[in-house]
Amino acid sequence: MVCEVENILLDDMEIEPVPSMWPEDIGDAGKQFNIEQPGKDQDMLEEVNIMDEPTIVDFKHLMALNDYTEKGSTQLAYLVKRWEYKQANVVRLLKEELDNLSRQKQEVEQKRLEILEEHRFEEGDQRPISVLDDMYDFWKEVPRRKADVIIPNKKVEVDAEYDTAIYWKQRAMHVEKLLEASMQREHMLTEKLQDSINNLENQSSPVEELSQILKRADNFLHFILQNAPVVIGHQDKELKYRFIYNHFPTLHEEDIIGKTDVEIFTGGGVKESQEFKREVLEKGLPAKREITFDTELFGAKTFLIYVEPVFSKTGETIGINYMGMDVTDQVRIREKMAKLREEIAVQKAKETELNKTIHITEETMRAKQMLATMSHEIRSPLSGVVSMAEILARTRLDKEQRQLLDVMLSSGDLVLQLINDILDLSKVESGVMKLEATKFRPREVVKHVLQTAAASLKKTLILEGHISDDVPIEVIGDVLRIRQILTNLISNAIKFTHEGKVGINLYVVPEPVMENDDECRQNPNGILSNNAENKPEENHTSVRPRMENETEEMPRSLEMETTVWIRCDVYDTGIGIPENALPTLFKKYMQVRADHARKYGGTGLGLAICKQLVELMGGRMTVTSQEHFGSTFTFLLPYKVSTAPDNSDDADDVTTMTNHETVPDDITEGFFQFHPRSLGSLFPLNGSSRTSMLLPNGVGHGLSGTSEGSQADNGKFSRMSSPEDASSIIGAAEALTEPECSPGCSSSHESTSAVITRKHGNQHFMPDHADLQNQAELEQRNGNANLTLPGPCETMRKSCESSECTTAGNLGATATNAKPKILLVEDNNINIMVTQSMMKQLGHGMDIVKNGVEAVQAVQRCCYDLILMDVCMPKMNGLQATRLIRSFEQTGNWDAAAEAGVENVSLDSPGSISNSSQSTRRVPIIAMTANALAESADECFENGMDSFVSKPVTFQKLKDSLDKFLPSHSTT
Amino acid sequence: MVRPMPHIFTSTGLPLWLLGWGAEFLRAEMSRLLALLFHQGVLDEQFLQLQQLQDESSPNFVYEVTSIYFSESEKLLRNLKLLLMEKELSDYRKIEIHLNQFMGSSSSIGANRVRNVCVTFRAATEENNRIGCLRALELLENEYYYLKNKLHEFFQIEQQRSLAARVRYPMQD
Repeated sequence: MVCEVENILLDDMEIEPVPSMWPEDIGDAGKQFNIEQPGKDQDMLEEVNIMDEPTIVDFKHLMALNDYTEKGSTQLAYLVKRWEYKQANVVRLLKEELDNLSRQKQEVEQKRLEILEEHRFEEGDQRPISVLDDMYDFWKEVPRRKADVIIPNKKVEVDAEYDTAIYWKQRAMHVEKLLEASMQREHMLTEKLQDSINNLENQSSPVEELSQILKRADNFLHFILQNAPVVIGHQDKELKYRFIYNHFPTLHEEDIIGKTDVEIFTGGGVKESQEFKREVLEKGLPAKREITFDTELFGAKTFLIYVEPVFSKTGETIGINYMGMDVTDQVRIREKMAKLREEIAVQKAKETELNKTIHITEETMRAKQMLATMSHEIRSPLSGVVSMAEILARTRLDKEQRQLLDVMLSSGDLVLQLINDILDLSKVESGVMKLEATKFRPREVVKHVLQTAAASLKKTLILEGHISDDVPIEVIGDVLRIRQILTNLISNAIKFTHEGKVGINLYVVPEPVMENDDECRQNPNGILSNNAENKPEENHTSVRPRMENETEEMPRSLEMETTVWIRCDVYDTGIGIPENALPTLFKKYMQVRADHARKYGGTGLGLAICKQLVELMGGRMTVTSQEHFGSTFTFLLPYKVSTAPDNSDDADDVTTMTNHETVPDDITEGFFQFHPRSLGSLFPLNGSSRTSMLLPNGVGHGLSGTSEGSQADNGKFSRMSSPEDASSIIGAAEALTEPECSPGCSSSHESTSAVITRKHGNQHFMPDHADLQNQAELEQRNGNANLTLPGPCETMRKSCESSECTTAGNLGATATNAKPKILLVEDNNINIMVTQSMMKQLGHGMDIVKNGVEAVQAVQRCCYDLILMDVCMPKMNGLQATRLIRSFEQTGNWDAAAEAGVENVSLDSPGSISNSSQSTRRVPIIAMTANALAESADECFENGMDSFVSKPVTFQKLKDSLDKFLPSHSTT
Repeated sequence: MVRPMPHIFTSTGLPLWLLGWGAEFLRAEMSRLLALLFHQGVLDEQFLQLQQLQDESSPNFVYEVTSIYFSESEKLLRNLKLLLMEKELSDYRKIEIHLNQFMGSSSSIGANRVRNVCVTFRAATEENNRIGCLRALELLENEYYYLKNKLHEFFQIEQQRSLAARVRYPMQD
């Protein structure tokens, strides 16, 4: 039986055509329904214990089935055919046996005839044979053979013809025996035939045969199904069970047969299976489905059910065959697997998501830090540029220059501001920014912010500040940040206001639950007392009872700190902000309108920074605005208030702006106003403070040129922003330059020259290799610096010395010094650079000329302690130049040189005299050859050179030569 | 032969070295390249001498020297080519002067192979061997451009390395 149990795991429970379970083609027997022939090892099944109970059959129905269903009848027909075939076979065999027998009979007949013939001949011979002869024995044999066939006749004949009594007697007896045997044989054959016929009759029952086969098949089926966890059944048209095999029977026959599923059990899945069966019944197509039962009978189990319709001979469905298999465990495992798989998938998805997030976060962090770093790196040199420009602005300039410089300054400031903004923003975002807590006076801050704004005001606006009396004289907070916020907001307000007022209101509020109300244009009337000692007078109503209570409860002597919330409104009468722009107002890089950036400038960072700073300090920031009428930015911040009684004494430490502007009365002043007119008076003040603040950066910049290492210093300088710090730097700068400067120097000159001096000092240590031409210019500048700073300036002199010699044309007369003078004659720039650099490391400066002619001229001009001479050079090679120099040393005149066409440059200068006086001294000349061949070495020596160095020049070679020829100057 | 530059990009598209990473990696890459060039004989010890001359006061000394070397050498090569292209090649002396220049500067920066080719070149000019000269010129150009490419790569890595080494994050201060 072919049972198609597909690997149905998941979801194909829909009805689908499946090949019938019954053998389709009965004629092709032996393939689908193979049973062992019962003959040989029937014992195999006999050994097996077959339990009959599980099968419950409605036999009547089975008969009916056999009669009516096509399958049943074909099955039967098959069996009959089989039986018929078998019978035919048997008949054939019997026929064959009969044939055999009849053939034997014929043969025997023939033999008998032959023998008769023979005997007839014997008779005719009539030869007398003695009976007593040995012939008897002979006859003994023969007649027996003869007797087989023709016993009766023979006997008679023998008896009749011979008279020998014994002979005849014996012969008669013999023949009689033969006859008997023959008779016996005949009888046996007849018996056999009868037997055969009987046998034939015995085997002739097809029913027996059939039932035997069926029994065997049944046995095999039992054998197979014995332990199979399946239920096999047949149900009729009404889905009543007609047959069921169940390995684990729980019901009796009468409980099942003739009943439907629904009648048998109740519970989940029963109905479904019933429906499914009905569906199959109706559709006439076999199908499989998994059904989960939950019945009282066997609990919750999942069955894989195969249902196949059974057709009658007329093609009508008359029932179904059904097979069920318990797949509960498999289903459970499968579901578990699916769940696990799902979980894994979810897990994986989560993981990737997480990784992505982590990655993005990391990247963002890095990018932010990067931004901060970059901004920082850019800021340092830029502040240098700006501050240098500031210094430049103080020198005497014509109108055009000043205009250009102004543009330069303002752009520089802008970039600086932008970078500072970016830096702040990324600092806040990356949580690096730390807030400082310092005492400060809010009034002064407001005043100063307004003052500063007024200073750069280019419009006719009124700037005003109201500080209500309840605002403490001193509070504790990060004044720098607060100022930054205020400045930002104010400059923003000014930027977008073309006429009217811009102002700041400051007043104390209760700890906020409140939100943006739009009043605050004026001073709130209800002004409160606070703990600041100077202002005990005007206590009207208590706007912040809690604060008051606290302060009153606390004994002042304890120096308790309380928190006060101060609200600050920055209002303007400007263009306002459209409603729809409000949400994005505090976003980074956002401006209300795209063209605002063009019209008003700015980066769109300011408000974002302000908001972030405010939030960082634990406050909040809001905005209200009416387009075309103005905006008000409001921020609320908590401040600590020190109740220490010695506040007023700290005034000097606390102030964060230039003290000299703050008159003592200002401490309690509550209203400031700056009119456009005041611009003129304010400007110089502001300008001076600005310069003094930027100067340290300038000095820093001067230092930053020297090396990477000084960047840290630079950063430190640029971070100092209070005037005190600045002035201390100036002091330092002055200290640096003091010895070099004449006392009469103006202060501005002092700082300027300080920077320049430093700059030159640096240049001295870092000559510009890339462009030797530049050195001439540098020297020119150097000379100027010298003019500005007369006096024994050691640094300057040294730098002059080192740089003055870089070109032959600029060899000024300088005082003798401890260092040896070395001349390098070399046409190859690379070699010049390398040699020069090596010399520098050895602690020597060098003069450099490019060919023999220049070398001779250099020697005419100045006397050297050592000459390094390249041999192969254009114009005049090293050998010739050496010869000329030697000739001069010997004769004291340059005639030979003049002959060779070298113009004597030193003749007119007084230096030549001194040179000629020293002419006897022999200058060591070291040849530098590219091809270190022996002959060229000889050549060098022949031409008066003292030594030679083969190229490439190495550090060691150079050092050795110097040690050899300049023993008095130990190399460093 | 020429390995592509080791640019590892972050998802923001920035190369890693710009974020201050990989300084060590780049340093290793530099010494690898240098070792290769030494092994091939392209460079010799003189190049190390140059590197020793590089200090705080002249942080880019090697780069400056070599860039001058390259600009001058290019001029020399151009001149040599022009001279050799002349129909009536007579001025072997001029070629020799150029070659001496080339040789001198090459040996100064330690461009060993270029220098060696120069020596053969000069030998050819001494024999007035025009074919030999042309061949030598071709060889010289080859060597020269190889050197140039390699040193370019080298300096590029160094630049990245110094940038990477200099990136500092505000966290640290």
